[in-house]
Amino acid sequence: MLEIINLHAGIDGKEILKGIDLKVGKGEVHAIMGPNGSGKSTLAQVLAGRDSYEVTEGSVIYEGKDLLELDPEERARAGVFMAFQYPVEIPGVSNTYFLKSALNAIRKHRGQEELDAVEFLSLVKQRAKMVDMDEELLSRPVNHGFSGGEKKRNEIFQMAVLEPKLAILDETDSGLDIDALRTVAAGVNKLRSKDNAVIVVTHYQRLLNYIIPDYVHVLLDGRIVRSGGKELALELEQKGYDWLRETAEVTA
Amino acid sequence: MSTTEKQNLWYVSNFEALERSLNGEAASYVHALRKAAFDKLSQTGFPTTKDEEWKYTDVSSLAKTAFKPILSPKKPSLAIEPYLLGHPEWNRLVFVNGHFLMELSDLRSLPKSVIMGSLAEAMKSHPKLIEEYLTACSRYEQNAFTALNTAFIQDGAFVYVPKGTIIEQPLHLLFISSLEEGEFVSHPRNVIIVGESSQVAILESYVSPREHLSYFTNAVTEISVGENAVVEYDKFQNESMAAYHIASTYVRQQRNSNYASNLVTFGAKLSRNNVFAVLDGEGIECTLNGLYLGTANQHIDNHTTIDHAKPHCNSFEVYKGILDGKSKGVFNGKIIVRKDAQKTDAKQTNKNLVLSDEASIDTKPQLEIFANDVKCTHGATIGQLDREAIFYLQSRGLSKEDARDMLIHAFAKDLIDRIKSEGVRTNLEQLIYERLRAGRVNTRT
Repeated sequence: MLEIINLHAGIDGKEILKGIDLKVGKGEVHAIMGPNGSGKSTLAQVLAGRDSYEVTEGSVIYEGKDLLELDPEERARAGVFMAFQYPVEIPGVSNTYFLKSALNAIRKHRGQEELDAVEFLSLVKQRAKMVDMDEELLSRPVNHGFSGGEKKRNEIFQMAVLEPKLAILDETDSGLDIDALRTVAAGVNKLRSKDNAVIVVTHYQRLLNYIIPDYVHVLLDGRIVRSGGKELALELEQKGYDWLRETAEVTA
Repeated sequence: MSTTEKQNLWYVSNFEALERSLNGEAASYVHALRKAAFDKLSQTGFPTTKDEEWKYTDVSSLAKTAFKPILSPKKPSLAIEPYLLGHPEWNRLVFVNGHFLMELSDLRSLPKSVIMGSLAEAMKSHPKLIEEYLTACSRYEQNAFTALNTAFIQDGAFVYVPKGTIIEQPLHLLFISSLEEGEFVSHPRNVIIVGESSQVAILESYVSPREHLSYFTNAVTEISVGENAVVEYDKFQNESMAAYHIASTYVRQQRNSNYASNLVTFGAKLSRNNVFAVLDGEGIECTLNGLYLGTANQHIDNHTTIDHAKPHCNSFEVYKGILDGKSKGVFNGKIIVRKDAQKTDAKQTNKNLVLSDEASIDTKPQLEIFANDVKCTHGATIGQLDREAIFYLQSRGLSKEDARDMLIHAFAKDLIDRIKSEGVRTNLEQLIYERLRAGRVNTRT
């Protein structure tokens, strides 16, 4: 589904990603772990198409297409979804109005009929229940005045409505209490299927107790220094990142 | 002869023409007022950018253009339906080039006790009310354009809502400018009197079917708000893009009254709205809101003065501007709190969304506080569209244009929602959205 080949990217002339290679297949869940400043979020942002990052080398192939050639909205319409680390507040735009416009833009692109108000509302209510989101938040402006947990939940809710093929969770777990973490993880698990894939970017192993990954990759200083199964996350939890930093230096 | 005198010749010759056209009316109260205002204007002339009040708005081109007077009404061939905001059933007065036209107006569902008609007619039929209210709120000595309007008082709207009258539907005052040839001037003078414990919503709109017609609308509206009365006054300015529009609204509120105005500005090459509100009693609430949309080379100036004269009054003011192209906005909000006006609560906000590098805004709050137990807040912001928010919306599948539209609409919506009359609100909302979309097309080409 997704193939990242020798990806180099940076911001303001400073290189952050220094050659990432990663393959994600249908139905797989990949966790990308790493300390602060390792480039985890940069990778997520580059995949979502944020234009402040510059790709200097390498390529990203998504379902046979050059992902980096696509505008952010084209990526979204092709099924890529990023849950933001810091969801943006948009006063004056209601959550449902925003989401209806987004869903219909995606459906239109896929050649599906746009949903009318009634169909949309029943879908939204069902998905809100799925991620345990308070219906009252639906009519409020997007993320405006939401608590940290509500914002993260709103990201997962949007994901549930938009049904992406490739979901990238950018530190969705950071700062969440255990209840919120469980609901967010449960929401993601309900959306897992053999046809879609999830990339979980996280700083902490804790989330991976609830979203069990198929693969774990460790990112250090812009490179993937170790890949393995779910047990790698536990090993990291015990030994910390320094253990890998030392090995990485030795091999380099 | 000095340059100033030459420039001002157009209104001198216009005044002579007006005097010649007045048969036997020359001795009336109104004509004495006209002459006094004309004399005052002849002394002062038009303001220049050296005047503090006109620092950011240059009216020299207006002073130089030889605007012709339209001294008598002519029946035009035009369709007014597009200007009725989808509500042909509202009672309305229609003016074309400053003159009342009964055949386009409609007063069929007006309560019997209400007087609504042309000022020209009211000067004959209700001379006492005219003497009492024609200049009850305005001061032509302090404003050259009010003096100009007063010198040329001929017609306008006259609305008298007696004590204890609730009018459910908005009253529409529609001013249309349309002639084959441009460079003409009209001076609408509107007098609105709302009696004790009455309630009314009034929509004043200024439109032109000709997008590039050059003319000058110089309007003055006086609104007397009686004790415990509730008045909503909405103004929709959509003049031609080559027009000048200068308008002053003078409001005087009596105790426990509630006045709320919403000024929506779309049109004109150069426009200036002055609002002067005097809170002349206790327990008054006064709300002045405005939304201005600038594009191309438009210059849009909003000046407001809220005069808190008595204790325990609240005023709320929110003006928002969306400026695109090379447009220029000006906002000046003055709040005076007099010595006796203790427990005043005044809030003022001016927010501007600047969409292009060449658009600009000058904004200035002006607080003059002479009382010591008051709450006054003000704030002004000038910003661009939030790039983070645009990316967020794009990342959910919306195109960049749709994301921009959504954010601009959200910025405007907050003000639209403050319009209480539902019919006015929904129709203006539609027009505002259409205009914003059209503006987007313009800036792309």
